[in-house]
Order: sequence, then C-alpha cells, then structure tokens
Amino acid sequence: MRRTPPPWALGGLGLAGLVLVLEATPRVGLVDRRYLPPFSAMVEALAGQAGTAEFWRSLLETLRGWALGLGIAMVAGVVLGLVIGGVPVARTATTSTIEFLRPIPSVALIPLAVLLFGTDLRSTLLIVVYATFWQVLVQVLYGVRDVDPVARETARSYRFRPLTQVRTVLWPTALPYVLTGFRLGAAVALILEITGELVIGSPGLGRQIAEAQNSGAVPAMYALVIVVGLIGVAVNAAARATERRALRWHPSIRREIPA
Amino acid sequence: MNALRKGVQLLGLPVLLIALWWVATVNSDNFFWPPLSEIAGTFRETWFTGRFTADVLPSVGRLLAGYGLALVLGVGLGVAIGSLPVLRAVLEPVLEFFRAIPPPVLVPVLMLFAGIGTTMKILVIVSGCVWPILLNTVEGVRAVDEVLRDTARCYRLGRRARLLRLVLPGASPQICAGARQGLSVGIILMVISEMFAAGNGLGFTVVQFQRTFAVPQMWTGIILLGLIGVLLSLIFRVAEARLLSWRNE
Repeated sequence: MRRTPPPWALGGLGLAGLVLVLEATPRVGLVDRRYLPPFSAMVEALAGQAGTAEFWRSLLETLRGWALGLGIAMVAGVVLGLVIGGVPVARTATTSTIEFLRPIPSVALIPLAVLLFGTDLRSTLLIVVYATFWQVLVQVLYGVRDVDPVARETARSYRFRPLTQVRTVLWPTALPYVLTGFRLGAAVALILEITGELVIGSPGLGRQIAEAQNSGAVPAMYALVIVVGLIGVAVNAAARATERRALRWHPSIRREIPA
Repeated sequence: MNALRKGVQLLGLPVLLIALWWVATVNSDNFFWPPLSEIAGTFRETWFTGRFTADVLPSVGRLLAGYGLALVLGVGLGVAIGSLPVLRAVLEPVLEFFRAIPPPVLVPVLMLFAGIGTTMKILVIVSGCVWPILLNTVEGVRAVDEVLRDTARCYRLGRRARLLRLVLPGASPQICAGARQGLSVGIILMVISEMFAAGNGLGFTVVQFQRTFAVPQMWTGIILLGLIGVLLSLIFRVAEARLLSWRNE
C-alpha cells in the first residue's frame, strides 16, 4: 500500500492552498480586487491594525463580553439545571416551557435590548446570555436525567444530605454534559457577542468590522474577519482542552488514551 | 384523569407565566413594557393587514431557499469529503477555520459581492448554515460501520446502491444533528441580514418599529419571531422523527 503523508502535512497543504487561492484569484482578475483584496493585502492591513491601540482595546472588549456572558450563562444554567433536574415535579412542569423558549432566536431580542440599554455593553450581554443559557441548561438537564437510579437510591438510603447527594451523585454524572454545554455555549456566546457588536454597535471587534465596511476599508475588514475566525478556532480548541482536562477520570476520555 | 394531568403538566407553567406577564403589566405605564393586553390587541392589526405577505413570507421564503441550498451543498460535499480520507485531511483545518467564523460577519463581506438584495440574504444564509451540516455529514460518513461497509463491498453493491442504502442512512442521524444546528443558525442569519440592509422582511420591520419607538408593535414582532422559531423547530422535529423512524431500537 502506498504511504500517505501525515495528516498535519495534508492539513498544512490545505491551508497553503487556501492562501494561494486568496492571493491568486484577485491578482489574475477572477474577482474584483475592490471586493476581495489579495491575501498579502489582508496581512498588511492586519499588521496595520495590530499597531493601533483601538484594535487591542476592541479585542479585549470582545473577549471580556464573551467571557462575562458565558460565565453568567454557565452559572445560571448549571444551578437551574441541577434544581429543575433534581426535582421531578419541577422537571415535568417546565419541559414544555423550556421546549418553547429554547428555539426563540436570540436575535429577536436585539430591538428590545437596544431600546432598554442603547448601544451599551449590556445590550450585547443580554443576547449572549440568553442564547448561551439554553445550551447549558438543556445539557445539564440531560445530564441529571442520566443519573443511575441505583446510585440515587443508595445515596438516599444512606441518608446523604441533599447537598452531599448533589456533590457525590448528581454532579459527577452531570459533569460530562455540563462540559458539553460549556463547549457548545462557548461557541454560541462568541457568535452572539460578535453579532451584537456588529448589529447593535456595542464596542468590540464586530463594531470594528462594521466600521471598516462602512468606510470602505476592505482589506482591514477581511483582516478583522480572519482575526475573529482565529478567535473562534482558539475558543473551540480551548473548550475541548478544558473538557479533556476536567474529565481525565471519565471512561469516555480515558478510553481514548492508548494503553 | 391521566390526560388531565398531562395537560396540566404541559400547559400549567406556560399559562401561569403568561398570566403573570398579563397581571404584572396590566396597569403598566412604563414605556418599554406596555400591557400585554395592548400587545395582543395590536398583533392582528400589525401583522395580518398586509405585512404577512409583504414581510413575513419573503423572510421565511429566503430562509427556506438558503437552508435548502445549504442542505444540498452540505450533504453533497460532506459525503464526498467524508468518503475520501486524503481530501478530508487536506480540507480539515480549512473547514475548521470557516466553521469558527461567526456567520453574521459574513453579512458585510457578502454585501460587497452581492449588494443588499435577495441574493445577498440567501447567500448569507447558505454560507452560515452549510458548515454545521457539512462537518456533521463528514463525521457521519466517516463513522459508518466498518463491517457494514465491508459487507457492502463483498456483495459488490454498486456505487449508487452503496450511497443510497449504506452511506446516507448510516450518516443520517449525524446529518440531522447538523441540519438542526444549521436551522437555528439560518433563523439568526435571516433576521441579521435584514437588520443590516433591507427594504422588507421581519428583521427589517422589527428594527423599524424599534427605531420609531412603536413599542407594542415591536413586542408583537419579537413574539412573532419567537413563534416562527418554535414552529420551524417543531416541523423539523416531525421530519426528523419520520426520517429516522427505522432507527428505533
């Protein structure tokens, strides 16, 4: 059998190909340079951006908004999920409401947010928290449902106090689901953070993109889009790494490590 | 008795919440939180006197067109990429990158190419929906049972039969998972693309209400968007259940 090159080499080839296409198509005139500048122009614009204080401030504002929104949604989602999931009556009573509220697109709240908070940071935060909260809550509810009834009954027979039951039975079972919720939520929070900045105009990279587009600074706009994409890649990678680290003890992760 | 109990479980909390909203705002003179009775009263007149065909239908039409295109593209490319390991290895980092770009930033980019018309909006929806569908299809195709694959080969199933009887059904649960993610991204993009630049559509109208401080009308818009989201996810769930009904263990 023919040997294939290692995956990282092939992946590098793919990325190099993308860069080549981005560089070549505007240069040979396949697309208008005004719409798609060559890759080198984007890099140049990125270097120009990196020299401004505004870029770094925006980057920081985006990351702060993302982290804050994700944090609030995580705490609210986990606490409410454990409470609702742990009390059978609450679970049956809330199912229909959750199923109804969850698919409401968070962007529907943009007008309300603008009306209430203007172009303030809080407008975007409201949308980020709303969207992320459902991701986390639903995962936690799945997790709590997954608790082994025997373990639950055992804990009850030994008269574990409610908080001890949560700590020793509920939490370890739900943790993988919590982390899945964290991973999904991290990506959703970033999408809505950028969306809010772009549409509402709260401070951050999204607003910089809108401004670059309005002022016709096309290479800078592409440069910022690339930066946002890289943040997305980093967020995904970091969330996955967190998941692996927190679940080192869990069979699903341990199985992946070759003996 | 049992049905009654089920009904209470299903409707109890929603009814309670709506009642709470109603009571809490009944005498509200807060500008931002008009009485729910007023919102409900303006709903009909706001949406069913011409706006339904002028704004709602075009929006939903664009969403369905974009989503349909994304499904075809995503599944088609996904099957191709998933069946060719070398191609997959080459494209994986590129696809990861495109998936990680928050889809709404594509609105300003695509506006450059396609202006602000219907084409742009459909393109935005396609280019946002396609990634979750594509990547899930790739994963699904890759995870098709090895033994089944070999069996199909032993029986010398043709390409077409292999695709229709083995690869697509085998990958369908994953494809559905991707399609569901794609749908919620699509709804977001439908609204966003219209908020940016449009002359009609749901997102445009709701923002218009907000800018002119027509608060009760704005609330009806938010509620309508919510209802559309719920309805689409219901339809999706029914379709998914039919498509995957063979899978019941």
